[in-house]
Amino acid sequence: MEISTQHTDPAPPLAAPSTAVGKRAARGATRPGDRIFLGLSRGSGILLLVIMAAIAVFLTYRAALAISKDDGNFLTTFEWNTGLLPAKFGIAVLAFGTVVSSIVAMALAVPVAVGIALFLTHYAPRRLAGPIAYVIDLLAAVPSIVYGLWGALVLVPHLSGLYGWLDAYLGWTGILSWQGGAPRSLLTVGILLAIMILPIITNVSREVFRQVPRMHEEAALALGATRWEVIRMAVLPFGRSGVISASMLGLGRALGETMAVATVLSPTFDIQASLLDPGGGTFAQNIASKFNEATEFGQDALIASGLVLFVITLLVNGAARMIINRRKEYSGANA
Amino acid sequence: MAKRIDVSGLTAYYGAHKAIEDISMTIEPRSVTAFIGPSGCGKSTFLRTLNRMHEVTPGGRVEGKVLLDAEDLYGAGVDPVSVRREVGMVFQRPNPFPTMSIFDNVAAGLRLNGVTKKSELNDVVEKSLKGANLWNEVKDRLNKPGAGLSGGQQQRLCIARAIAVEPKVLLMDEPCSALDPISTLAIEDLIGELKERFTIVIVTHNMQQAARVSDRTAFFNLAGVGQPGRLIEIDDTERIFSNPSVQATEDYISGRFG
Amino acid sequence: MSTPAVTDRTTGSLRGGSLPRWFPLAVIAASIVVAVAIGLGTGLHSKVQWGLIAAILAVLGTYVVAARVEGRRQARDRIATSLVWVCFLLAVIPLASLIWATVKRGVKVLDGYFLSHSMAGVADTEPGGGIYHALLGTLEQVGLATVVAVPIGVLTAIYLVEYGRGALARAVTFFVDVMTGIPSIVAGLFVLSFWILILKMGYSGFAGSLALAILMMPVVVRSTEEMLKLVPNELREASLALGIPKWRTILKVVLPTSLGGIATGVMLSIARITGETAPVLLLVWGTNFINSNPFSDPQASLPLFIYQQYANSSGSGAAYDRAWAAALTLIAFVMILNLVARGIARWKAPKTGR
Repeated sequence: MEISTQHTDPAPPLAAPSTAVGKRAARGATRPGDRIFLGLSRGSGILLLVIMAAIAVFLTYRAALAISKDDGNFLTTFEWNTGLLPAKFGIAVLAFGTVVSSIVAMALAVPVAVGIALFLTHYAPRRLAGPIAYVIDLLAAVPSIVYGLWGALVLVPHLSGLYGWLDAYLGWTGILSWQGGAPRSLLTVGILLAIMILPIITNVSREVFRQVPRMHEEAALALGATRWEVIRMAVLPFGRSGVISASMLGLGRALGETMAVATVLSPTFDIQASLLDPGGGTFAQNIASKFNEATEFGQDALIASGLVLFVITLLVNGAARMIINRRKEYSGANA
Repeated sequence: MAKRIDVSGLTAYYGAHKAIEDISMTIEPRSVTAFIGPSGCGKSTFLRTLNRMHEVTPGGRVEGKVLLDAEDLYGAGVDPVSVRREVGMVFQRPNPFPTMSIFDNVAAGLRLNGVTKKSELNDVVEKSLKGANLWNEVKDRLNKPGAGLSGGQQQRLCIARAIAVEPKVLLMDEPCSALDPISTLAIEDLIGELKERFTIVIVTHNMQQAARVSDRTAFFNLAGVGQPGRLIEIDDTERIFSNPSVQATEDYISGRFG
Repeated sequence: MSTPAVTDRTTGSLRGGSLPRWFPLAVIAASIVVAVAIGLGTGLHSKVQWGLIAAILAVLGTYVVAARVEGRRQARDRIATSLVWVCFLLAVIPLASLIWATVKRGVKVLDGYFLSHSMAGVADTEPGGGIYHALLGTLEQVGLATVVAVPIGVLTAIYLVEYGRGALARAVTFFVDVMTGIPSIVAGLFVLSFWILILKMGYSGFAGSLALAILMMPVVVRSTEEMLKLVPNELREASLALGIPKWRTILKVVLPTSLGGIATGVMLSIARITGETAPVLLLVWGTNFINSNPFSDPQASLPLFIYQQYANSSGSGAAYDRAWAAALTLIAFVMILNLVARGIARWKAPKTGR
């Protein structure tokens, strides 16, 4: 869309290189109306950048205030004590809980989401696929606090059976043993997060699978491939990077999820060997649970942990975006 | 090896729309049969009914019989997957699997059939690429992606992929329409060689091409927009181009319509 | 010409053994019967286990029978089909349960009184009270966030589509993507650090609106950008060729053409932030009383109300009932926004032949 080559100033078009076109448009906007409008819209863009920068700066500043007074090691301390001096707090437990619950969520959600996406694009009767896709779209819009309420009051009571079963048959692994506490553990968190990120991963994967060129599927069919073989030969390889980035978007959401974790987990500030025993915590959950009683210093400490979460999600989302963008070029070249 | 196709009373639909109606013809083994006709006359649809690819299109439905050496492709209990192994297909636009190497593209069909032995795969891939006149151009880069080849090479790669599984019949749906003249010539030469081993059916928009490569030519036409396509006549290519028995064929060939 | 690769197949019939169409249903029925029998026989109580056994039997049975009759490739195809169906059913169960539970438990106390009264003077553990204060707070906070975010978002999108070239536009595009992924609690912490801890402004609805606006902006930018890109260039050229200045072209031609799509995007982004709890928890604090002034003192909010009824009520049934009713209200609100947005999208969709 070369729009800026059509602006209205009477001056003859300048033969500027395309990277300078933005500036040229600015200079070319001689009418006051044009100048104001351009100023407003560019100002908004700049404001967005300023906000992003401000988020990083203010979080870092407040975090630095807190960390400088941390008597423990911010990365390795297994304690969160900000009320009494000397304060001792560290993010080791939170990092562990966040990573573990997200891994559980991904392990459960990604295969099922890919399955549903395949179901919708290649298996479901057409009359069924449309409405189901629509319902999944709507489910992606259900607020996380509702998932949290449902998780705490409906899902948790139903998990004791599963927990007992896991303990009986897989308890010997150590990570799936259960001492019989309420099933409000990192595993439960992972299961709930999986349910929550299922719609988003499904939606993005479905889009990707739908974009698989018909001719590649027909090529496989014409070779005498069964439906599953068509999917293996043409659909999955084509959609792989799309599924990866969809999963990363889901992961980004799982990492930062607050309320659903805060409602189903019984947090303790330690690391449990077993996924089934209640305890542990995540960055976001810890902030939400500790915030009300925190002093100003305590809030700064929570901001410090939030900064870590911010950086992690930036990295995950950045990676997802990079994969998506690379894929765009790739599929454009072959379209 | 190459098999004869006998079509009788074949009608194909897209949902409620009748695309082609009541087509009967015989396609001889070890020969090239060309389908010509104006756009929308159903020649590609008809081609796709010959390996049951038509029913892959949503709403696609077929009535009638297609006998492949006396066995009905649409008979009860016939598995479309095995039909497509017998009747290979090359498409209008070259469509090598973009994520596979040249070697893997050719080996794809064999692997489906459970061939895993490396030496056997090597043999068949080499033979197929030679059969498609592509071997000399790609033998040093078999592990490079197939999408990196030129359009004409990609199309020959697709032909190699199709003949690697030793089909009895090879269907080609306007195989040269996306190619430049030199690549087109290469494919036409190849068709001439392949007819020694396969029954070949080719859909083409290019009447010179039909005249150059085919032994027999079938002319399709439709009565009007929204009407189903019909077979007007099928005869030896020479007859069709010199002295067709139907006036419409002559009009079409001499460029008076279509 | 026949290679060893191909002699073992073909030679003759196209007719592989094939199973009748009712085969999958028969296998499912048989597996359920056997699973129930096993369940009763060995005294397994959990119906979930029965279901699991049935599912495993169905998948295994399909494979064994199909492999014998139709061959291994067909059997694998059937396995894949049944696994894909299992995935779908697996996902349907929790999602259906979520909706069922919310509706069933939500309607208990949801009535006119509930919608028109606050929690003033009602202890968390007693029945009674309502969500009027929370509804009011949510509407005000979301409204303010929309007022802040939509102009900035739309103008940014206009900049990107109509003017943006070069490094600044690339940076904005990139950071809009990055902003989309900010966890809501981090947005809340930012406003906390800046507005409350540094500027000492105190908890208020507006502080929450600021965080919500940050979450809303990138969504508005993205969707508006998409819609502006759908406006055909010919329209712009036609207007410019009439000597109309660019800014009027954008205001009078480009924006009206894509208004439906932009409205859809805005409504979807409103739906998204309406359910956000974490920033509200940090910045608005919550109250049991009606506070209609979003610029001073804590307010309530619907998602926060759900959380507090759940968390602060030590298991009281009355509080849970209120939480479910509020959840139902929230879902209904979000769903209506979604449906209206989709309605607008369908109704106003630019006719570009897509």
